[in-house]
Amino acid sequence: MDYFPYLRKEKLPHIWCSGCGDGIALKCIIRAIHNKGLDKNKIAMVSGIGCSSRTPGYVDFNTLHTTHGRAIPFATGLKMARPELTVFVVTGDGDATAIGGNHLIHAARRNIDLKVLLYNNHIYGMTGGQVSPCTPMGDYATTAPYGCLENSFDIAGLTVAAGASFVARSTVYHVKALEKLIEKAIDKEGFSLIEIMSPCPTSYGKINKKGANKNLVLAQKTQSVPVNKAKDMSPEDLKGKIVTGILADRDIPEYIKNYDMLTSQKK
Amino acid sequence: MKKVLMGNHAASQAVKLARVKMIAAYPITPQTQIVEELSEMCGSGALDAKFLKVESEHSAMASCIAASATGVRAFTATSANGLALMHELLHWAAGARLPLVMVNVNRAMAPGWNIWCDQSDSLSQRDTGWLQFYVEDNQEVLDTVLMAYAIAEKVLLPVMVCYDAFFLSHTYEPVDIPAQQEVDKWLPEHKRDFILDTNNPKSLNALVMPDLYMEMRYKLEQAHQAAIPLVNETGASFYKAFGRRYHAVEAIHCEDAEVVLVTSSSTTSPARLVIEEMRNRGIKIGLVKIRMFRPFPVEDVCRILCGKKKAVVIDRNFSFGKGGIFADEIRGALCNETHRPLVYGYIAGLGGRDITPELVREIVEEACQTKHPPSLALWKGLIK
Repeated sequence: MDYFPYLRKEKLPHIWCSGCGDGIALKCIIRAIHNKGLDKNKIAMVSGIGCSSRTPGYVDFNTLHTTHGRAIPFATGLKMARPELTVFVVTGDGDATAIGGNHLIHAARRNIDLKVLLYNNHIYGMTGGQVSPCTPMGDYATTAPYGCLENSFDIAGLTVAAGASFVARSTVYHVKALEKLIEKAIDKEGFSLIEIMSPCPTSYGKINKKGANKNLVLAQKTQSVPVNKAKDMSPEDLKGKIVTGILADRDIPEYIKNYDMLTSQKK
Repeated sequence: MKKVLMGNHAASQAVKLARVKMIAAYPITPQTQIVEELSEMCGSGALDAKFLKVESEHSAMASCIAASATGVRAFTATSANGLALMHELLHWAAGARLPLVMVNVNRAMAPGWNIWCDQSDSLSQRDTGWLQFYVEDNQEVLDTVLMAYAIAEKVLLPVMVCYDAFFLSHTYEPVDIPAQQEVDKWLPEHKRDFILDTNNPKSLNALVMPDLYMEMRYKLEQAHQAAIPLVNETGASFYKAFGRRYHAVEAIHCEDAEVVLVTSSSTTSPARLVIEEMRNRGIKIGLVKIRMFRPFPVEDVCRILCGKKKAVVIDRNFSFGKGGIFADEIRGALCNETHRPLVYGYIAGLGGRDITPELVREIVEEACQTKHPPSLALWKGLIK
C-alpha cells in the first residue's frame, strides 16, 4: 500500500534511531486506519513528550504535540469538544505511566472513547536513557547505573483494573497481529489501550548489552506468549515473557454517550 | 584540582562537595546530566546521599521539601516545563522556609517545543519567594551552588541557581574543584531549629488564620532583605577561602562610563569583549552584570547606574504585554532616583538564538545614537 497519503512527506526522514520499533508501530497504525477506511480529516492524534510522541509530527491528520504526560487530558478535552472525531493518543511508558500516570487511570476509569497506543521501550529514550517506571527490575539505565531497584508497571494490567473497555498488548515483531488489534481498538466504543512493545537499541539496548539492534526485535518473538496459552502457565514460567493479545474486551457504557444521555434527560 | 567540565557536571560536583543527603529528580533536557552523574555518585558510594527517581518534577520538589523539613541538605535540578510543573511547590518551599537548592538550566517554554536557551522559565517563578542567581561560566556554576547552600541555610530560604542551556550546560570549560576538606571547613553541616524531629514532635505547615498569615509573609520578605548584604558577605568569605570573588552585582569600568550595558548569565561574556573593544576606541562605556535577581539588588543598581546617561539592558526573556524582565526591574529600581539614566530595553537570543559580540555591539551603538528610548522593548535579530 501507499503510506504517503497519510504522511507529511516534508517532515521525513523521522528522528527514530536505527533498530527502534516506533516506525514499525507507525506503519501498523497507518495500515489499520487505511483498512478501516477512516477519513483522515476526521482523525485527531495527540501526543505528549518522548520518542513515541514525535509520531503526530509525521502524520497528515489533525495533530497536537502537547506537554509531558498530558496527552490524555488534552485528548479528553478534544474528544469532548468534537466527539465525532476518532481520537488517537500516541504515548510512551515514561509519558503515560510516570508523569502522566494519574491521567491514564482516570481516563480508563471514565471510559472515554480514546484510542491509546502506548509504546513501551522500558526507558526514557529521548533524554538519553534514564530509568522509567517500566524498566525491568535489575536492568541498567543512566540514572540506575547499578541496576533498577523498583518494580515495573504492568501497564495493560493497570488499565484493565482501572476499567477500560478494550486493552491489548503486542510487539513490533508481530506486525500483522498489531495491525488487527489497532483495527479492533478503532471499532471499540470506550477507552482502548494497546501496549506496544517497541525496542530501544540506543538508550536501553546498549547499556543492557543486548547486542545487535535486530536482537531486540527477534527476542520479542521468543519472549511472546499468546494470552490463551499464558492462562495455563505459572507465574514463574511467565517471568520475562510478554503476554500478547486481547486482555480485556468489555461492553461498558462510554463516557460521552453517558454524558449526552444524562443531559438529554434533563432538557 | 582543575578539570575540564561541562556546566552540568560543574553543578553535580558542587552538590557532592556540599555533602547533600537527598536528591530527587526527573529527566529533562538540558539538565539531565546533572542528575545522571549524581545517581552514579550515590550508587557507587562516592556521595553518601539517597537518590530518588520520581515520576515527575512536581514529585521531585515534594520529596525534596519533605527531606529538607527533616533537617538534611536536599537538591534537585530541572529546566523549563519541569520547573513550571513545580510551580505550586516552589511557593511551598519558600513559605515553609526550607534551605533547598535547585539548579535550573534556562530553557525556552513551549509551544513550539524548544530545548534551547531562554530565561523566561525561571523568571516566571519570580514571585515564589526563591532567591535566584544567574551565572556566567562553569566555574561560577560550581561556586554558586556552594554559596547557595551557605546563604539558604542562614536566611532559611530556597535558592535557585540558573544558567544558560547549552551555552553553559553542555559546554566544557576549565573548572577548579576545591578540595573536600576545604569545602567542609567553609560549609559545615548545618543545624536548624524548626525541623521534623521525633524527639520534639511538631506539626509543620498547618492552617494559618488571617491573624498571622500576613506576619509570616512579612518575615519571608525580611529574610529576602537580609539576604542582600549576606550575598556579598558570603562572596567575601568565599574569596578568602577559595580565591574567587562574587557579588550580587558586578560593575565593570563603570566609574567613568556615560553609557552602561546591563546583562546577565552567559550574555555577559560577549558583552565583556565588546565593551573592552569600544573603550579602546575611546568610548566611555561600562558593563553591569546582574548576578542576583531575587532579592533584586535595588541599592547596588541605583548606586552604579545613577548619574549615567544611558543604561542599555539586554534581556533573553520576555514578559508578554510589558517587556524584558531585567529592564523592567531596573526601571522599577530607578524610578524614584533624581539622576536616573534613560533605560533602553532590548530583547535578543530567545529560544537559543545566538547573542554574538556583533549583535551586542549593534545594540549598544543603536542605543548610543538614539536620543530617547521607545516605551516598548526593541526586538533584535528578527527575521524580516
